[in-house]
Amino acid sequence: MTAAVDAVMRALFAPGLLASGPVRTAAAVGGGAAVVCAIVGVFTVLRGEAFAGHALADVSSAGGSLSFLLGASPLLGFLGMSALAAAGLEAAGVRRAQGRDLATGVVLGAGLGLAALFLYFDATRTSAGGAAVAVMFGSMFAIPASTAPVAAAVGLVALGATAWLYRPLLLSSVSPDLAAARGVRLGATSLAHAVVLALAVALAAVTVGAILATALLVGPAATGIRLARRPAGAFAAAAGIGLGATWAGIGLAYDSAGWTPAHPWPVSFFVVALIMAVHLAVRGRAGRPAPALPGDGGEG
Amino acid sequence: MREPGLQTSDPGGEGALALEVEDLRAVLGGRPVLNGVSFALEAGRFCGLIGSNGAGKTTLLRTILGLQAPAGGTVRIGAGPAAGPRRGPPAVGYVPQRVLLDPDLPLRARDLVALGLDGHRAGLPLPSPARRRQVDEMLAAVGAEAFADQRVGRLSGGQQQRVLIAHALVRRPPLLLLDEPLSSLDPGSAAEIVALLGRLAAVQRVAILLSAHDINPLLGEMDRVVYLARGRAASGPVAEVVRGDVLSDLYGHHVDVLRVHGRVLVVVAPGGDVPDPAGHATVVGGREA
Ligand SMILES: Nc1ncnc2c1ncn2[C@@H]1O[C@H](COP(=O)(O)OP(=O)(O)OP(=O)(O)O)[C@@H](O)[C@H]1O
Ligand SMILES: [Mg+2]
Repeated sequence: MTAAVDAVMRALFAPGLLASGPVRTAAAVGGGAAVVCAIVGVFTVLRGEAFAGHALADVSSAGGSLSFLLGASPLLGFLGMSALAAAGLEAAGVRRAQGRDLATGVVLGAGLGLAALFLYFDATRTSAGGAAVAVMFGSMFAIPASTAPVAAAVGLVALGATAWLYRPLLLSSVSPDLAAARGVRLGATSLAHAVVLALAVALAAVTVGAILATALLVGPAATGIRLARRPAGAFAAAAGIGLGATWAGIGLAYDSAGWTPAHPWPVSFFVVALIMAVHLAVRGRAGRPAPALPGDGGEG
Repeated sequence: MREPGLQTSDPGGEGALALEVEDLRAVLGGRPVLNGVSFALEAGRFCGLIGSNGAGKTTLLRTILGLQAPAGGTVRIGAGPAAGPRRGPPAVGYVPQRVLLDPDLPLRARDLVALGLDGHRAGLPLPSPARRRQVDEMLAAVGAEAFADQRVGRLSGGQQQRVLIAHALVRRPPLLLLDEPLSSLDPGSAAEIVALLGRLAAVQRVAILLSAHDINPLLGEMDRVVYLARGRAASGPVAEVVRGDVLSDLYGHHVDVLRVHGRVLVVVAPGGDVPDPAGHATVVGGREA
């Protein structure tokens, strides 16, 4: 079995792939981030909070760029800012969809403004010229090995909290009214999901970058939801797609070193392209456009 | 065998009270919506909660559930204490007025019913034969076996209604509240749901309080009625409430109750000022046909 996998890997990817330290770190942190994002992302998509997830990622870029300026760990920077933004959005406590979108948009704009400032200082005061690209679009082969244990801890906390809250989260995502009647505390559940979302987004930001974090969070989750009829199936499919796209993306990027002169292509490009390709394939297979009016129970 | 805090049906035999509402008041947006509503409901009764749009049906049901704080009065459920902020899940089944289920939800009908059993619990649901049996039994009780494994968001309105009733009843609460469950159903499906609820009340001894703006689809099965208007209620056996004098009192002007071909028409005398925000003038709680 292992030999077979080995043979396939050898045939597909350039030699030395799995011997390289940066590649191992990228595979570990990126794979973990993909799984956490897929699981958390299913709830985020079901709750209709994809835009809030995107906003957290954008705001986290301010933290990431600040940590470049201070020479601190980017993961902690991303984490601090996304958690702050999540707390802020929850504190605003806007329940109506429109009001929530407005609040989210305002927070997103403020975060990106801060990121612009810090990245400007990064570019002018330090020699870290690549900071903007690394923060916004990720730089997976540059993740320091020391990030792996912290990322693992963050991921385990996110997955553990999601498992603990699985049923209340699911029921309140399906229908807040049903959940409230069943005795679920909606406010606490929503806050917990926001915090877990902040953790997932920080992991995504440190791997595929703050701007592309949404792709890792929403893409596999949306595809998994389309594929599966039951919750467990959606989580499994989403995690499989996220993990597969990330690892394959790392392999392709490693391979791409020989495609064009000088540098390999960015991992993030391959990951996002693969996620998109799988999503389109699944939609195409379903052979029908998305239903026009979600929830229109219909008279059937 | 049963979990603590779970009131099962028939706590005290015939005539045991499943619900007692006393002088209930509710204020929404600074406006009084319920102004001293009192009624009681025994185990196994099927009670219609009738009122026009804005009469306060949803408000009354949500207040009974504890989802909304009353401005005064008490709600007593089963043999339990008067409702305040309750700890733990209430022993009341609830089917809200509008449950929008996305067609792409990765959730089968049986998954939604299972969430009615333990959706408030922490931790991952472990597969258990007992849990599965309870869900299967409930799906069978509402006639939903045939579509139990389909995505719940892609079922028809009537099928979804059955699944939601199963979700609400799977814990065997002594009291089931349904908010306008018939409003999006054709007459045939409405009659089926009403018959199903009548059976559940009779066989499982569930007390059922079902809100509707039209009394007619309920007439065959309903044995109690609560009429809601102007923040007040008139309640009791159907024959004692759906009468000209009682409803005239409630509405505050003269109304006549006509029985035509087994249907009830509540007709407001010309010039009567119907407290009906929807404005369909002279027929309240009946159909103009
Ligand atoms: N959140 C709210 N804030 C302020 N007023 C409210 C709110 N919800 C309901 N109301 C008011 O309370 C009154 C009762 O509303 P309720 O929803 O209980 O009526 P209903 O009998 O269920 O009507 P329908 O048949 O249309 O469902 C209405 O006049 C409504 O305008
Ligand atoms: Mg209502």
